[in-house]
Amino acid sequence: MSIQIVAEHIVKKFEGGKVTIIPDLSVTIKNGEFFTLLGPSGCGKTTFLRMIAGFNSLEGGKIYFDDQVINDIPAQDRNIGMVFQNYAIFPHLTVRENVAFGLKLRKIKGEELDQKVDEILKMVKIDQYADRLPERLSGGQQQRVALARAIVIRPSVLLMDEPLSNLDAKLRIEMRSTIRELQKEIGITTVYVTHDQEEALAISDRIAVMNKGEIQQLGRPLDIYLHPANTFVATFIGFSNLFAGKLKIENGKTYAVLSEDCVVETPELREDVQDGMDIIVSMRPDEFVYADKGLRVKLRSSTFLGQTMSYKLDFLNANALDINDENELTEAIRYVKKSYQPGDEFCVMPIAEKINVFTGNGEESLIKDVKKYGE
Amino acid sequence: MVNKLKKKLDFWVVSSIVVAVVLGIFLAYPLFSLLIRAFRDSGTGAVTMANFVKFFSKKYYFKGLIKSLNISVIVTIFSTLIGGPLAYVMSSYKFKGKRALDIMIIVSLLSPPFIGAYSWVMLLGRSGLLSKLIAALGITPPTIYGVGGIIFVLVLKLYPFIYIYVKGALQKIDASLIEASESLGCGQIRKIFTVVLPLILPTLLAGMLIVFMTAIADFGTPMVLGEGINLLATMVYTEYINEIGGNANFSAAIAVIMVVVTLILFIFQNVVVNRLSFTMSALKPMQPKEFKKRSVSVACHAVAWLVAIVSMIPNIVVLITSFLKTEGKMFRQGFSLESYKKVFSTLGRPVVNTYLFGIIALLIIVGLSIIISYLSTRKKSKITAFIDTITMFPYILPGAVLGLTLLMAFNKPPFSLSGTAAIIILAFVIRRMPYTLRSSAAILHQISPSIEEASISLGCNPVKTFFKITVRMMMPGVLSGAVLSWVTIINELAASFMLYSAKTTTMSITVYQQIIRMEFGTAGAVATILTLTTVISLMIFFKVTGNTEVNI
Repeated sequence: MSIQIVAEHIVKKFEGGKVTIIPDLSVTIKNGEFFTLLGPSGCGKTTFLRMIAGFNSLEGGKIYFDDQVINDIPAQDRNIGMVFQNYAIFPHLTVRENVAFGLKLRKIKGEELDQKVDEILKMVKIDQYADRLPERLSGGQQQRVALARAIVIRPSVLLMDEPLSNLDAKLRIEMRSTIRELQKEIGITTVYVTHDQEEALAISDRIAVMNKGEIQQLGRPLDIYLHPANTFVATFIGFSNLFAGKLKIENGKTYAVLSEDCVVETPELREDVQDGMDIIVSMRPDEFVYADKGLRVKLRSSTFLGQTMSYKLDFLNANALDINDENELTEAIRYVKKSYQPGDEFCVMPIAEKINVFTGNGEESLIKDVKKYGE
Repeated sequence: MVNKLKKKLDFWVVSSIVVAVVLGIFLAYPLFSLLIRAFRDSGTGAVTMANFVKFFSKKYYFKGLIKSLNISVIVTIFSTLIGGPLAYVMSSYKFKGKRALDIMIIVSLLSPPFIGAYSWVMLLGRSGLLSKLIAALGITPPTIYGVGGIIFVLVLKLYPFIYIYVKGALQKIDASLIEASESLGCGQIRKIFTVVLPLILPTLLAGMLIVFMTAIADFGTPMVLGEGINLLATMVYTEYINEIGGNANFSAAIAVIMVVVTLILFIFQNVVVNRLSFTMSALKPMQPKEFKKRSVSVACHAVAWLVAIVSMIPNIVVLITSFLKTEGKMFRQGFSLESYKKVFSTLGRPVVNTYLFGIIALLIIVGLSIIISYLSTRKKSKITAFIDTITMFPYILPGAVLGLTLLMAFNKPPFSLSGTAAIIILAFVIRRMPYTLRSSAAILHQISPSIEEASISLGCNPVKTFFKITVRMMMPGVLSGAVLSWVTIINELAASFMLYSAKTTTMSITVYQQIIRMEFGTAGAVATILTLTTVISLMIFFKVTGNTEVNI
């Protein structure tokens, strides 16, 4: 009984209309997909989720569950399952009673109730704690209870608001595969909010990267990572070094000119590009090779991270756009040939087929077929 | 359209309107009419300043104000000097019998208000036990009557406020702060004044305000010990009674002056505390240490026990006298249960009244507190802002003033409540709701709204969620406030004293009446029943909640 969610030109304002959080947002969340809203805090992702849930009002636009407009349906009648950041387990009820809460409201009683609760508790692997009070459970176990409570009612849509952010790193990874497997097993439309890009990449069918109340890019995790639609996405999803440069067109081929010594042939670009236009080129920290000439860099510091070595750098002959005042390269440790010391200077070249090219203001990708709204 | 109207008239909007109207009728309207009355001539009803002119121009009244202020300031200072150090020493060092001392201090705070006065009359009054003893030694015994006596009794009654407040504040200081100051080379005494005192200052000031307000509002003590000394609280009453009907408006003017005094202090304290306050939460509270020197340990123990025992004396005296054989108004040798028999045969009504009125008032308080605290934390609006403001008033209304206010407002149709149980219950509710209201609001701040949203998302509508989830989760906080409301309700005197009739007498009023009639045996018996109820209520509360502290 899963559904498709359509948001049409929705608007969210706070404080009597003085502050606009979401100016105009439209998106379709497909039936059965795992859809993630990803963005920095304050980007409107939780606001949007709470609008779907019915906890926030809409100041404009419509939200549909399949064909039905749900704007005026109160939260309790929307048949949603919601998982909260702080778990929101009822502290005065046992695990079993927590999970049974929604079923009882749906007039499910007796054997059927017990059977459904037992089944779901087993599914999330907390059946051995069924009769405990929540205060005697760990954070991870509490989140499993919250998950069980939300899905046991067979909701039309599962909404999750940063469900893993209160867990420690190891548990987070474990829980995210639990959530992912469970979602696929049940096949329920899921909207998931997080600010953790790694989590989003790992768990989602599609991701909507949000900033300032607008969707910056919508697409599959791999597409977003490889071909960000603008520099915000390029730097928010993983790290990217950005360089200001010029575009050069010669013999039907396009080149990004970062400096005199660093001219790189670009991947295939859109047809409307012009010779000499301003561009921004982005390069992931690991998308480079050492070279005799190219980008001349001076090592500021290095950090050993186990599998990789990370270098903080000053670029000497290219116009690097500082993001957080840092530019970095990382090198897989098994390929490290020579260890550099702070102050050392050397040259690197970007790997041509990996670079991304944006307009001079960074707002659009110039790579051919990169879409802001992908399938 | 209908839908929109329905939306607007949801449960909470309706509740907030109902609560606002109820508070408007029973609290705002009486206060407003008190204010109006103070500016009117009793005879003609013309608008006039005469009542205030009379108060400030006649030495007799003006002196009462000065004396009230004097006494309250002195009581506040002494209470602080006793309660503060006591709390510090008992929190910082391992103390023998700490639990017993704690209970003694709390009981002496919560026992009926004027029992202290009357017990000390029994001991140090004209024919008091100790007076006779001291006189037999050839020394003139100190008198308990007069200003000195009032101060003595009030300090013994009120230092526990400071003790409890300071103790609470000290528990919020993280041990590492103290260790940090020591590591920076701060000595013992210096540490107290440069680190500890500034950290607890906001709380200490709040405690001092309570002491001052209680002292200036206290009615029973000056009635018993005053012997003609006029203080604000007693003047409100006597001016009203002496020339009943004739000069009620003058009485109202005195009440207004009293409220202005407490209001100024309340605002002053709020401003100061707001400027000073910061939030602290101790991850690792201070652990009591061993005394370094045996002599210091002995001295501290001796002083603490002395203070606690002296403040328990009234309760002990009451207990003993209640079991003494009596003959008319005289005590005879030996013990008996006569006084109790007499109470239950002739004074059964006040006992029943106290519990009955108390329970009804408590139920109303709990219901209102839950709703009001929810409205003002979760459903803020212009109406709740009004509710918030109006519910502040009980904090600063002296009991006698509240009594007078209700009496004046509800003595004619459509609300002729004078002499009824309803007006007593109303006074109880207004005076004692702040305890429950405050602790309900406090616990609500700790409950995440997402718990309610979780319930709603599972299909439970918001109103049902409130009763099923929120109220259930608020219960610990509500109960800890309710126990204080209950204990202070059954011991309430000042307001009910202005409102009672023969049919609505309560136990505390009976104690007062019996003292005036010199029936000390029955007074003792009734007072003992009250104290016992107080102690049992507290013990049940501790047992049920597992708490070891009372938050006042």
